[in-house]
Amino acid sequence: MHKYADNQTVTDLRKAANQIRLRSLEMVHRAGTGHPGGDLSCSDLLATLYLHTMRVDPASPSRADRDRFILSKGHSSAALYATLARTGFLSDTDLDTYMEPGSKLNGHPDRNKVSGVEANTGPLGHGLPIAVGCALAAKLDDAVWRTFVLTGDGELQEGSNWEAAMSAAHYRLDNLTLIVDRNRFQQGAGTEETIHLEPLADKWRAFGWHVVEVNGHDHAALLDCFESLPFVAGKPTCVIARTVKGKGVSFIENRAIWHHRVPTADELRIARQELLGETV
Amino acid sequence: MSVKLFDCRDAFSETLVQLAREDGRVVAVVNDSVSSTKLKMFSKEFATRFINVGIAEQNMIGIGAGLANGGKIPFVCGASCFLTARGMEQVKVDCGYSRRNVKLCGMSSGMAYGELGPTHHSIEDLAWMRAIANITVVVPADPIETASALRAIAAFDGPVFFRLSRMPVPNVHAHDYQFKIGTSTCLRQGNDVAIIATGVMVARALGAADLLAEQGVSARVINMSTIRPLDTRAVIAAASETNGIVTAEEATVFGGLGGAVAEVVAEHKPARMKMLGVPGVFAPTGSAEWLLEHFGLTSEGIQNAALQLLR
Repeated sequence: MHKYADNQTVTDLRKAANQIRLRSLEMVHRAGTGHPGGDLSCSDLLATLYLHTMRVDPASPSRADRDRFILSKGHSSAALYATLARTGFLSDTDLDTYMEPGSKLNGHPDRNKVSGVEANTGPLGHGLPIAVGCALAAKLDDAVWRTFVLTGDGELQEGSNWEAAMSAAHYRLDNLTLIVDRNRFQQGAGTEETIHLEPLADKWRAFGWHVVEVNGHDHAALLDCFESLPFVAGKPTCVIARTVKGKGVSFIENRAIWHHRVPTADELRIARQELLGETV
Repeated sequence: MSVKLFDCRDAFSETLVQLAREDGRVVAVVNDSVSSTKLKMFSKEFATRFINVGIAEQNMIGIGAGLANGGKIPFVCGASCFLTARGMEQVKVDCGYSRRNVKLCGMSSGMAYGELGPTHHSIEDLAWMRAIANITVVVPADPIETASALRAIAAFDGPVFFRLSRMPVPNVHAHDYQFKIGTSTCLRQGNDVAIIATGVMVARALGAADLLAEQGVSARVINMSTIRPLDTRAVIAAASETNGIVTAEEATVFGGLGGAVAEVVAEHKPARMKMLGVPGVFAPTGSAEWLLEHFGLTSEGIQNAALQLLR
């Protein structure tokens, strides 16, 4: 039995994550472009981190001792922005400008435009090296703030991740947590048929990381996992979050085409019903 | 009388140690390049603030951006050929686009690695780095400027590419010289022709001015030690007040100093130009000194280019 199972925190997070999902789909629909599949697979992770685990303060977004979160899979920007709005870094009306001309909400996040964004990402394989640098900075200062980085799974085909993996273990960065959104899909096909990643956990262990595998949609399990950090003193943690690409909307789940398909108004209505149980 | 020559890396490493003593935020990041960056002293005095990431340039630059996020002032040091080419996307996105306070120190740039060949030459770096928004590009000409410019970029909040050679050069500045980002230095007055040079070519440009003076030609010599933002005022003045401009750089003529000067001249004050550098080829095998001679990057080569302009 999980410590948090059935309590109000889990219920609230589940609801928040589904609202983030729906808001992401609305944003993609309005913008006419986006990456809904990946937005939906990481929404539970984002909700848990921002609304419970991390110490961040929208009123003081640059305070030195804030926890850092880096969205390495920068194409999941709609989910990130919707989460930042829920956390108080953006207003809900900001979200309606997603990818509009002149909007601060670019298709991939820009830290110079959006408060709460720690790194400009978009090209894959950038987040983990930056996160290693953040974690090193905290260690140099004997500071207690922590660094979280979320990568896609296909993204791990980028070699820079493995350069960073070696350095994180070498520098014993137990203040660093990598979360892999393991939805098993990349742009056009499954990861295993493109360039297989398995045995993924063994790879991270071989690189000197402590590995935890968890259901990336189980808020109780995620809360337990993040509460237990760091698992091993002197070791960075890799959380392999088993997720479903397009999670929460029946016709989007596990369909590669939804990597960047845009929902129609009718599809949005069905999604709203499935996610929030509401009819329009 | 023989002129004393220096390796600018010595001034670099000594100044970086001083900066680290003065400011706890200063850290060094290297790609196994402890000896080639001459940072042994730094690594001994500041063991924990010296971060060796191994042979991994993409990671090295990303780590630099992360350290800057955490409030550090990272000096990310490696052979310029690897630092720029291998980590280009990290330079563009993690440093330039993100506007992170990372100091990218490209060591042994140009053709300083001589016989090791074009894989180790870094003649494209000026063009590449100059094309990326937000990145300040600084190329010191001697040890005095190296020390002063290093202090200036440490105090400046923003990403910088600091291009350093290992080729021996004389001091061309007075000891009280103060480098300012974006400001060139006129080292020799003259109105017949202007020579705009950068890095190791500056001393050679002064040599060319001596040779030209013997022929009754007065050459203005400008040390353009910031390539971006370019000192356009000095370029326009040179185009207006002389009969033509010779640019000299230890880099490809495609898109570096010569290109930057030509852009300003073409738009503001069309003037005759000669652009000296590597003419769009990979260098043959030879020592650094031999290669500079091979491409006419000598005082005599600059002198000849200036005379051609005046014909």
